[in-house]
Amino acid sequence: MSKQLFLGDEAIAQGAIDGGLSGIYAYPGTPSTEIMEYVQGSKQAAERDIHRQWSSNEKTAMEAALGMSYAGKRSMVCFKHVGLNVAADSFVNAAVTGVNGGVVVVSADDPSMHSSQNEQDSRFYAKFAMIPILEPSNQQEAYDMMYTAFELSERVNTPVMLRITTRMAHSRAGVEPRPTKEQRVVSLPEDPRQFVLLPAIARRNYRKLLAMQDVMVDASERSPFNSYTDGPKRSMGIIATGIAHNYLMENFADGQCPYPVLKVSQYPLPRKLVERLYAECDSIMVLEEGAPVVEELIRGYMNNGKPVHGRLDGTLPRDGELNPNLVAAALGSPRAEGGPVPSVVKMRPPSLCQGCGHRDVYEALNKALEPYGTGRVFADIGCYTLGALPPFNAINSCVDMGASITMAKGAADAGLQPAVAVIGDSTFTHSGMTGLLDAVNEGASITVIISDNSTTGMTGGQQSSATGRIIDICKGIGVDPDHIKVITPLKKNLDENVRTIADELKHTGVSVIIPQRECIQTASRKAKAAAKTE
Amino acid sequence: MKNDIVLAGVGGQGILSIAAAIGHAAVSSNLNIKQAEVHGMSQRGGDVQSHLRVSDRPIASDLVPAGGADLIISVEPMEALRYLPMLAPSGWVVTSTTPFVNIPDYPPVEDVLAELRQLKRCVAIDADAIAKEAGSARASNIVMLGAASTFIDIPFERIEEGIRALFGRKGEQVVAMNLKALRAGRAHSEGQR
Ligand SMILES: Cc1ncc(C[n+]2csc(CCOP(=O)(O)OP(=O)(O)O)c2C)c(N)n1
Ligand code: SF4
Repeated sequence: MSKQLFLGDEAIAQGAIDGGLSGIYAYPGTPSTEIMEYVQGSKQAAERDIHRQWSSNEKTAMEAALGMSYAGKRSMVCFKHVGLNVAADSFVNAAVTGVNGGVVVVSADDPSMHSSQNEQDSRFYAKFAMIPILEPSNQQEAYDMMYTAFELSERVNTPVMLRITTRMAHSRAGVEPRPTKEQRVVSLPEDPRQFVLLPAIARRNYRKLLAMQDVMVDASERSPFNSYTDGPKRSMGIIATGIAHNYLMENFADGQCPYPVLKVSQYPLPRKLVERLYAECDSIMVLEEGAPVVEELIRGYMNNGKPVHGRLDGTLPRDGELNPNLVAAALGSPRAEGGPVPSVVKMRPPSLCQGCGHRDVYEALNKALEPYGTGRVFADIGCYTLGALPPFNAINSCVDMGASITMAKGAADAGLQPAVAVIGDSTFTHSGMTGLLDAVNEGASITVIISDNSTTGMTGGQQSSATGRIIDICKGIGVDPDHIKVITPLKKNLDENVRTIADELKHTGVSVIIPQRECIQTASRKAKAAAKTE
Repeated sequence: MKNDIVLAGVGGQGILSIAAAIGHAAVSSNLNIKQAEVHGMSQRGGDVQSHLRVSDRPIASDLVPAGGADLIISVEPMEALRYLPMLAPSGWVVTSTTPFVNIPDYPPVEDVLAELRQLKRCVAIDADAIAKEAGSARASNIVMLGAASTFIDIPFERIEEGIRALFGRKGEQVVAMNLKALRAGRAHSEGQR
């Protein structure tokens, strides 16, 4: 087969399809979104009837994938790193239940926070759950890993994590695909109680998981993705994980590093190879994208062995993405950069699209709040978070998906009045609904604005799980129908919208205001598609 | 051969189409390629960049090392300047002179152009005007690709094929118009290298 130009995300998706995938479950999040989008657009996936619908959040995705595994088939879950926080309960327990069909969890980290609230490193979670990690260094490896990861999962009887970072996800290179494997058929687990985590069974399963650790280390030691390349300069041995290996090799024009190099792309760490490097070299340099996970292990709390260099001793920055220049400097031979950025260059932050309904919402909200002063708007995550920037300066928090409603409630409990929450439709169904139930149960005095643009805008306009049903959901949760107000966020409605919001700010108890107008990006895409089919 | 290219612009200006056309040309010339794109938050009108590396030898890093870019292609003049730390001493800047003003403190255009004039190896062209002349104002990114093609070590015919591959689905007329824009752009830099 010939080479195809794939994004890292696409290579993973095609590797999964070719590896015998039966179902992909995901919630959008940069930089993981294109994995699901590729499978959704794949003719092959349609022919093979692979399940490929978005889930309401990462936890429901993880659980559905585990259910498919229970039924004997191969499944995968994809999300961005913070999605793993949401899925953590099922993720950690899935390591204890074990699997029937193979399960692969793709967690996409975002060091330097290009599109995220933090730069947490997913490898901590995999270590916590005691499962193997695959961390590709290039697109072909990403494909090959995904192609074989289901078997690894079935062999070690746990989910396997495929950990990628932004550059891996969103960089394109040639990939050579392999022949497509058959899907597995429905088959129940041999032990009907494998997935019943009652204490007695959980204890037994957990001991099995502990015993499996040696098998996982052995698999890493034999893995084709890990390699030891000797070099003549033994003053330093280098451990380079995942994509950091590329930044290392970039600094040697002939592709030959003079130091011994252990490339790690499969965890737990290949113990024998690490021991060899440590024994044969005077010091160790650890290059890894993300947190100093490996470095901390090698160094130990007392740090009383050979010198270990990396992010912890200042050889590399403690935060942010790596690049060839940072690695060159760490190796002691910094590269010359080009000229400085001239002072005429100004920052160009992202902003809400012209004509976006969120703009009209903030304009009206700011007006309605004028009598009370600023500092009382708890927002959430989505395009509308850009309301934090000028000219709106409209919001005071953005923490994690769903936190707007619950933080507003907590502030109202403390006595802040009025207290306002602003949340998008997709975020509301992801994890805002349960918070609204808390508020209703206690009659908390909050004004919740669900800015409903019928899509998941920030991540590129994926379907939003309850489009057209937001009002009914609020009624079902128990919000007083007299205090559910639907408005249309348009310039011409400004005065009327300000009045509606102002009235609800005075209400004691829960109010929900639902501004409804479709995202202009998805609307114009739909219009274009419609024009084409005419 | 090795061409390390940084593409610059503002979210929505179509730098990924330029990258895709070069990528196609590189693959059909049996060259190795790595292309790091920006998706996500900054696509909402923020500054965006893409790193494109083409070589006849294996490529290690997805990112161009700072100070190592042979070419900066920018569809916006201030954005060209933002990436000067990426440029190699012998590198070229090929940029459009049409500003994209979506921030309140955008500097006077004359100041931006004056900075560009200070660069030793810079081709600054009015891509919008050239595109309009060629038949479509929307093809200014393709004009920029044409102007940049002089500095890319891939046969021009392959880049033309890249355009055909990119726009083929939209019909022969769109292909012809974009090819015209490509050639018009190239005419503005030919012989400058
Ligand atoms: C736990 C978690 N999952 C996913 C994301 C990525 N993400 C950020 S905003 C967003 C979509 C928000 O959609 P919506 O609430 O409808 O607002 P819109 O962008 O459409 O205005 C997603 C999926 C995240 N930040 N955190
Ligand atoms: S993508 Fe849609 S929701 Fe996001 S800013 Fe643009 S119009 Fe608004």
